[in-house]
Amino acid sequence: MVLTTATRPEAAAAPPAPPRRRSRRNAGRRQEGLAGYVFLSPWLIGLMAVTAFPVLFSLYLSFTDYDILSSWDMLNWVGTANYEKIFTTDPIFWKSVRVTLTYALIAIPLKLTASLGVALLLNRERRGIGLFRSAFYLPSLLGGSVALALVWVAIFNGEGSFNSFLSLFGLQGEPWINDPDWALGTLMVLSVWQFGGPMVIFLAGLKQVPTELYEAASVDGASRVRQFFHVTLPMLSPVIFFNLVLETIHGFQGFTSAYVISNGTGGPVYSTKIYTLMIYDKGFTDFQMGYASALAWIFLAAIGLITVVFFSTGRFWVHYSDGGES
Amino acid sequence: MTRLRALSRVVMLVLVLAVVLYPLVWVLGSALKSPTEITSNQSVWPEEVTWSNFTVGWGYIPGVSFGRFFWNSFLIAGASVLANCVSCLLTAYAFARLKFFGRRGWFALMIVTLLLPGHVLIIPQYVMFHEFGWVDTPLPLIVPKLLATEAFFVFLMVQFMRGIPRELDDAAKIDGSGPYRIFWHVIAPLARPALITTAIFSFIWTWNDFFAQLVYLPSVRSYTVPIALRLFVDSSGQTSLGPMLAMSVLSLLPVFLFFLAFQRFLVQGISTSGLKG
Repeated sequence: MVLTTATRPEAAAAPPAPPRRRSRRNAGRRQEGLAGYVFLSPWLIGLMAVTAFPVLFSLYLSFTDYDILSSWDMLNWVGTANYEKIFTTDPIFWKSVRVTLTYALIAIPLKLTASLGVALLLNRERRGIGLFRSAFYLPSLLGGSVALALVWVAIFNGEGSFNSFLSLFGLQGEPWINDPDWALGTLMVLSVWQFGGPMVIFLAGLKQVPTELYEAASVDGASRVRQFFHVTLPMLSPVIFFNLVLETIHGFQGFTSAYVISNGTGGPVYSTKIYTLMIYDKGFTDFQMGYASALAWIFLAAIGLITVVFFSTGRFWVHYSDGGES
Repeated sequence: MTRLRALSRVVMLVLVLAVVLYPLVWVLGSALKSPTEITSNQSVWPEEVTWSNFTVGWGYIPGVSFGRFFWNSFLIAGASVLANCVSCLLTAYAFARLKFFGRRGWFALMIVTLLLPGHVLIIPQYVMFHEFGWVDTPLPLIVPKLLATEAFFVFLMVQFMRGIPRELDDAAKIDGSGPYRIFWHVIAPLARPALITTAIFSFIWTWNDFFAQLVYLPSVRSYTVPIALRLFVDSSGQTSLGPMLAMSVLSLLPVFLFFLAFQRFLVQGISTSGLKG
């Protein structure tokens, strides 16, 4: 829209060009505009059919009692009943919200700290440093898989190798994944273990910090710790912000490890019932598609809200060296 | 002093690395232990290398071998790679190089879809694909990718194409080429690095994906590797631990080989675009 209003008056005001050239240029522009939509068409169809329509459809379903098993004429419009039930009588909803928030509030800061710490250690040009970088990144590629979640179960169960390791120091282990107090903790460890993704982004960010700043700081007699807090962190804040947003969205959407470790139940005693597991359970185990859609919309609203909060508070602590808005 | 600091840095890196790689070494070592050794020997290395876990695991699920699951996984991952590469390349070209009415608005919308959680879409999509009769076929896992719904890859390619000099397009235009010829002869060949990154990540993500495959592939013959692996938990006796670890090792292998072959692209792709691993 902006494009046409900007170009049209200009074209009208321009002195009349030789007719043949102008028509050719207009033809070229029209051809390009048409080509734009030709190239965009797969995405446009996808946007309408696989994204926009389902989102709206899910909103509609959330006000119904749709259960996929019975035919469409059996569907009842139930108004806000699903939402009311979720917030007032659902025994698991608030538990699940608490589990998800606990997971996010602990695992994400730990993961970001670990990734920044290792990135700082790796931020030296030295032979073989690339090998380290790649090795630290490997868990990020494998970590989301069912196989690794199974390995986690094997390592952190009562007879697992983690407890054998503890017994070397005379410590008595727990049956970590079967203990309601610890099961979520093992999930967090699995998530922190995959710190390679944000680490690589931090490394790229650290390379952008001008070395003159450190030189100036050490001339002023600033210690390494001071340099970290007054040079590195502010210069890195856009990258920290980026990683924080990405990891938060990603963290709320964890599913595989919680599903596999609890064998789909979110147990023991709902201790690993993260929100996405609850949506899956209501939709595909109980076939309460309407109810599950309402849960999903609350999830969408929450993630939207968190994103807005991040972006509106970001300007208070995110420092862009060019003074612009990234 | 600086030497000491450098040394302590290396020591710390090695220590962290040992912790990070331990689970991977452990799964490999344990997969090679015999059923009795797996519980008795707590060391990472097997005293005696046995391969029986692999043969037992391969046929662990009655009636269907893991060969079938691997085939299903490869089929879906391969199709996803092709679908993502083609559809996202077309879309990215439009966003990065062509001027058309409404481009900014559409691009903003594409960025919004980046943030849309898949768990919100899965229920309505499932209802839709169920109506089409697509459940228990690979179609729900592949067709959306033909429609460039993986916005991450579109974004990655747009970022890459913006770096290709405009002069190339202009030169081609002077030679009388239209947008289609420019796409085919200039942009597509030059976008190869972005295509490779997209292909690698498409493969790995689809291979590791669990949620969508769990929802859309309910019958055993259409299971992919991750869905089949889950069956080892349902009957979690100690005897199945070895075969389970053996099959886990096999399922990690394609990703690991990709990692070895393309680690340069992987790490670059991540740091330039902020893609998730």
